[in-house]
Amino acid sequence: MSKPVKQIHLAAHFPGVNNTTVWSDPAAGSQVDFSSFVHLARTAERAKFDFLFLAEGLRLREQGGKIYDLDVVGRPDTFTVLAALAAVTDRLGLAGTINSTFNEPYEVARQFASLDHLSAGRAAWNVVTSWDEFTGQNFRRGGFLAQEDRYERARQFLDAAHVLFDSWRGDEILADQESGVFLGDPDAGRFDHHDSQFDITGRFSTPRSPQGRPVVFQAGDSEEGREFAAASADAIFTRHGTLEAGRAFYADVKGRLARYGRSPDELKVLPGVTFVLGDTDAEAHEKATLIRRQQVSGQSAIRFLEQVWNRDLSDLDPDGPLPAVDPLVGENTIARGRADVRSHRDPLAIAARWRELAEAKKLSVRELIIEVTGQQSFIGTPSQVAEAMNEFVQTDAGDGFILAPHLTPGGIDDFADSVVPLLQERGVFRTEYAGATLRDHLGLGPARTTRRAAS
Amino acid sequence: MPRPHPALHLAVALDGAGWHPAAWREPDARPKDLLTAGYWADLVAEAERGLLDFVTIEDSPGLQSSLPFAPDDRVDQVRGRLDAVLIASRIAPLTRTIGLIPTAAVTHGEPFHLSKAIATLDYVSGGRAGVRVQVSRPFEAELFGRRTVASYGLDDFRHPDRSRPEILAQIAELFDEAADHVEVVRRLWDSWEDDAEIRDTATGRFVDRAKLHYIDFEGPRFSVKGPSITPRPPQGQPIVAALAHNTLPFRLVARAADIGFVTPRDRSHAAGIVDELRHEQAAAGRAEQTVHVFGDLVVFLDPEPGAAAARRSRLDNRAGAELTSDAQVFTGTPGQLADLLEDWRQAGLTGFRLRPGTLPHDLEQITRALVPELQRRGVFRTAYEADTLRGLLGLSRPASRYADTAAVPARRTETSRTPVA
Repeated sequence: MSKPVKQIHLAAHFPGVNNTTVWSDPAAGSQVDFSSFVHLARTAERAKFDFLFLAEGLRLREQGGKIYDLDVVGRPDTFTVLAALAAVTDRLGLAGTINSTFNEPYEVARQFASLDHLSAGRAAWNVVTSWDEFTGQNFRRGGFLAQEDRYERARQFLDAAHVLFDSWRGDEILADQESGVFLGDPDAGRFDHHDSQFDITGRFSTPRSPQGRPVVFQAGDSEEGREFAAASADAIFTRHGTLEAGRAFYADVKGRLARYGRSPDELKVLPGVTFVLGDTDAEAHEKATLIRRQQVSGQSAIRFLEQVWNRDLSDLDPDGPLPAVDPLVGENTIARGRADVRSHRDPLAIAARWRELAEAKKLSVRELIIEVTGQQSFIGTPSQVAEAMNEFVQTDAGDGFILAPHLTPGGIDDFADSVVPLLQERGVFRTEYAGATLRDHLGLGPARTTRRAAS
Repeated sequence: MPRPHPALHLAVALDGAGWHPAAWREPDARPKDLLTAGYWADLVAEAERGLLDFVTIEDSPGLQSSLPFAPDDRVDQVRGRLDAVLIASRIAPLTRTIGLIPTAAVTHGEPFHLSKAIATLDYVSGGRAGVRVQVSRPFEAELFGRRTVASYGLDDFRHPDRSRPEILAQIAELFDEAADHVEVVRRLWDSWEDDAEIRDTATGRFVDRAKLHYIDFEGPRFSVKGPSITPRPPQGQPIVAALAHNTLPFRLVARAADIGFVTPRDRSHAAGIVDELRHEQAAAGRAEQTVHVFGDLVVFLDPEPGAAAARRSRLDNRAGAELTSDAQVFTGTPGQLADLLEDWRQAGLTGFRLRPGTLPHDLEQITRALVPELQRRGVFRTAYEADTLRGLLGLSRPASRYADTAAVPARRTETSRTPVA
């Protein structure tokens, strides 16, 4: 018996504040003007994408004690821009990354419930935790979480938010003008929640929203992150954009669901991927190389190297060889506020690997960094890319993709016009939205609830 | 004939189905739509057709209550609301010129978040954003669970205990904190100079980091490093407003706000309030700056004499109690209201924020009857004269406080504290 054909889910990631977003190209537009967000959102909706995705960073990145100035920097407030986008789109899901360290559950739950009302059921929440005192300096909560407490905080934060979302059943507002009864239940919104992180009680002021709860995303790859996703998330945003790694990750996280009484369909695996399209395969690869050179200037290459070496390498020639000196082991003090720095846990091993590679291929610093960072996931003609993406999903390396274009705001225009129709022809991507809410688009059933006992 | 005063400013305060507790039971009310975007879009579009300066949108973290210091368990009034900043943002792309001033709580939230939220509202509205800052009600502290706040009367004008010294001290601290909150919000708006983004392909630099500034705020309740993650908003400094009934909030307005909403009982009371506010403004060193003083009024308007009073008493009967409010309640014809506004502005009020008794009825009476009447009298605009909220309020776009790169910016480490006798 052959497997049923899976439907692909697609999302657009608004280009972020790192070097993969190319600003030096003449086609690069504003990263903060609302018109850029409108353009990307409307293109995604025209192409029937599931949702638009916004990342978040709450402190400007620094390197060597100075604000990092080589990449795009500056972005709007997530909730506020998503609420405005709800006015210029009708079906597109609106996913925002919101930190559980520098917020409180009551305010976040209220904002997501409001966004879900104002978008008629299109809100999604990518739950992340920060750990660093550096970002904490912008907040009255300040402080910092030990690595091992991060998921505990996230879990309890999400639990508390769920208690708040579920504090209204959804049938309390009668608004009966004749009898004068507005509220059918004098206890609507009542909650009382206590655990090691939160101690909150009262009545939640935003009644139940169309989706009940926003769709919940998780974006970590650690053991705790995978377990958190299996227990609580509707979708997981991964970095595993290659077939082999994708399949292993997919099998791993889907295999964890049964323990929580969930079926494999209840958690969508969505890798973040990049793409380059060309009229021919050769043209696509040429473009890909050009884009990589735009993304990694000589200066950017040095800065990358500094993040691993944990040293000031500003005198290094980017077109020359790797430094003779070894990375400085210990707390990374050179780069701060950058999500990927924490992954350089064994800088000596990385340096050894890179030296070997540079030696074997005769690569300069810049060429090496181009080689080892951010190679595009899908490169080819629209037909090749459609085929590769379809294979990726049908062979269970993912359930779809979060596309991260390299240009703001027109980065998915070509994809929408050329690849999407090919996926639709193959019958693996919708030609019209079947439902109204993001849960509908993602094929998720109604939100689970932990409703308070009826009084 | 020369006009005795510049044109007056007019705003409406939107709250649920209107300011009367029984407003939701009126035939033209839409009580089941209060949580939809369409409801708010229709109201703000109506206000914009009337060329009003701005709308405010009421909010509070906790559920509405008929009691000033405690939650209630009433089921006969509107309960449940949406975040006002997000309502304003949802409406912004659907309107063109009217200002949008949502209410935001400053007692528990993060100034960093509020600053970028209002900056973003300014981006999505093309320079029409403001924020009305509000000190939270005491019982709202337990919703956040981070701190306790004395369960006293705060800003409430009716509380019997509010003159006790220890209570005054606690209230003063909350207002000092609110002033600090606004100070941080404003510094963050300025933390990117207007020309910080350079996109200089020659040097490979996207920003000129010399034009990004740490705000280094240190106060007794919080410290914030900066800079903002959001570049300087279109207006530079969006509008800050606060409702004020007495000295402590007057002082907050004088120190930190562009608009104070005040609640005079009559013309001479209005004159006294304006006097005290201007005195506080001078004491805060802001005598040269424009600080608007808007008189708040709850309004019931009908063209036929006596009809508004009859309507109000019908609403009072349905509610089972006479309407009470911190603001004066006006019942009458649009012409009579125009007379009153013209009279009270002689006391120095620069504008009015009208709170419609019921929606959409009293809003439409404002936009379709009061506004034409004021236009006939030559005291209200006949077309929008500016496309930013600052512009409508006669305020220029300020340079960033950090823009003078030659000099080390003069930074206070905290705003001044309120002396408590």
